[in-house]
Amino acid sequence: MTGTKSAPDPCRAVTLQSVNKSFGVGETFIKVLKDITLDIKCGELLLLVGPSGCGKTTLLSVLAGILDVDDGVVDVFGSRLDQFSQSKKTDFRRNSIGFIFQQYNLIPTLTATENVAVPLIVNKKPYDKALVKAREYLELVGLGDRADHFPSQLSGGQQQRVAIARALVGEPRLIVCDEPTAALDGETGKLVMEMFRKVALSPERAIVVVTHDNRIFGYGDRIAEMLDGRIIDVRENPEHL
Amino acid sequence: MIRIAMKMLMGDRAKYFTLVGGLSIVVFLFIQQGSVFCGLIGRTAKPVEAIGAPIWVVDKNLQVVDEFKGLLDTDLTRVRSVEGVKWAVPLFIRQVTVRLSNGKFQAVRLVGIDNATMVGRPPKILEGRIEDLNAPDAVIIGKAEMERLGNPKIGDTFEINDRRARVVGIADVPRDFLSNPYVYATFDRAVQYTPRERKLMNYILAAPKDGYTMAQVLANIRKTTDLAAYDEDGMRWLTMNYYMKNTGIPVNIGISLFLVFLVGMAIIGQTFYAFALQNEKYFGALKAMGTSSFTLVKMIVIQSLVVGVIGYGIGVGMGTMIGFLAGPNAKLAFYTPYQLIYISFIVTILICLLSSILSIQRVLRLEPAVVFRG
Ligand SMILES: Nc1ncnc2c1ncn2[C@@H]1O[C@H](COP(=O)(O)OP(=O)(O)OP(=O)(O)O)[C@@H](O)[C@H]1O
Ligand SMILES: [Mg+2]
Repeated sequence: MTGTKSAPDPCRAVTLQSVNKSFGVGETFIKVLKDITLDIKCGELLLLVGPSGCGKTTLLSVLAGILDVDDGVVDVFGSRLDQFSQSKKTDFRRNSIGFIFQQYNLIPTLTATENVAVPLIVNKKPYDKALVKAREYLELVGLGDRADHFPSQLSGGQQQRVAIARALVGEPRLIVCDEPTAALDGETGKLVMEMFRKVALSPERAIVVVTHDNRIFGYGDRIAEMLDGRIIDVRENPEHL
Repeated sequence: MIRIAMKMLMGDRAKYFTLVGGLSIVVFLFIQQGSVFCGLIGRTAKPVEAIGAPIWVVDKNLQVVDEFKGLLDTDLTRVRSVEGVKWAVPLFIRQVTVRLSNGKFQAVRLVGIDNATMVGRPPKILEGRIEDLNAPDAVIIGKAEMERLGNPKIGDTFEINDRRARVVGIADVPRDFLSNPYVYATFDRAVQYTPRERKLMNYILAAPKDGYTMAQVLANIRKTTDLAAYDEDGMRWLTMNYYMKNTGIPVNIGISLFLVFLVGMAIIGQTFYAFALQNEKYFGALKAMGTSSFTLVKMIVIQSLVVGVIGYGIGVGMGTMIGFLAGPNAKLAFYTPYQLIYISFIVTILICLLSSILSIQRVLRLEPAVVFRG
């Protein structure tokens, strides 16, 4: 497609073309995304960085199909989200998107395993089967021994790993993370990012991580920098070439 | 999702117990107030049940069994000659005053039953024999409220209108609304205990002949005598309706029930709402992860229904336990008809569903995009 210099990629995860997004009307009207054009490839971990209020979370929400755009093309694995109805977007999110939040958002009354199983259960997988698969993913993030712990019994880093397992368990093709390390100390943050690269990244999948945290910039394949609603720079990370 | 909804609900013990406990108390109060109402109203008809006759023939203007509207001897003869009437006997029920041996006075319900047939006699004799009622001055008294007569024993005497009455038996008679003791005597004797009047009897008890339906016989009596005639149930309802219309009981209990409903709504609604607010974050995350609004609403409704059913079970259990502990002949008027059990179930479910409406509204309005906001 247009806007990128690289040769046509057999797998393009996300294509954004001239995307605009504004909030409010009249006095409160503000334009948050201005003419955003961006491609995200399969198998890459893209970092979205920039100062507070520049529109990172808004862009991430658009990619994930939880915010509508004013105009422009939002294509995620061939699905034109900008043309989808709300219920189609709900189905799309259920099948194709993994979410990781700054505040983990684990349900406090569910154990680690049950929390991980939630996306499967939402997808109507039988409860017991969902739990079995959830345990496998907990093992994958190194928390096999914490399967029956409640979120309140886990450290922040452990909770975020549970959240990673939850984002992965449904085998979504796109994983979106908003400030996944902001609530963690430096070392734990790095551990979480290592885990992203090790267990989450795969050739059919793309990961988008919004972050402020320059300590983790090294974990991205590419870094897209935003300023005031625009993408001002996309640079490759030589470490991962 | 239902399992998850249940875990979300029951995981928060404090809120869960508040919800179930609050609802149990509401249901309990509802059953309790309702049963007191049914018990009180039911008691107004107890005299009818205690007499126990298939057909009651009464003055056309009679409104309630406790009222005295005399009939003539000729009325009795006319009823006896109505087509389909097997037998008809006179009955006499009046409130009279008894002078006790300690000089105190007590109102009693004097029942004068037909000398020969003893139709209308007490349902069950506990002490003594019904035949002894034919002895001079003989009366049989009901056990309920007997303490008001100073707990007399067989052989004891008291005065009714300056005439001697001697206790020859004690009968099992249900407590009634007026809470006056029952005193049974033969018809002739009962007449002597009351001031002289032209009209002596106030009821004619009758039965239908074989081959005639109750409805036919009642219609025949009404048509040919210009008196009113009821079957036992009709007589009971005549009385109960009178008390419902002419006393403050329905209004008072109605207000109580309404208050219980409001308090229930307030407690359950508020706790549910707090519960929903607290879970909004997670509902938002679930929505982002692709849970449909319909599924979330279903989760909330199921949560509220589970609380409803459990709270209802406990509340009904506690409510009916009172009636059970008190027993059928207790001072406490308490009767729980099955309709009340149904109604309180509907009320419970109503409370729960109404309380969850606010939460449902919030979840429907919830933007999945809020999940990324701190
Ligand atoms: N629902 C909304 N209604 C109105 N304005 C909004 C809404 N969501 C975001 N904005 C505005 O859009 C702008 C971009 O917000 P966004 O959350 O995308 O920024 P961000 O880059 O993620 O910032 P931060 O790094 O602080 O998280 C901000 O000015 C914000 O106030
Ligand atoms: Mg943000």
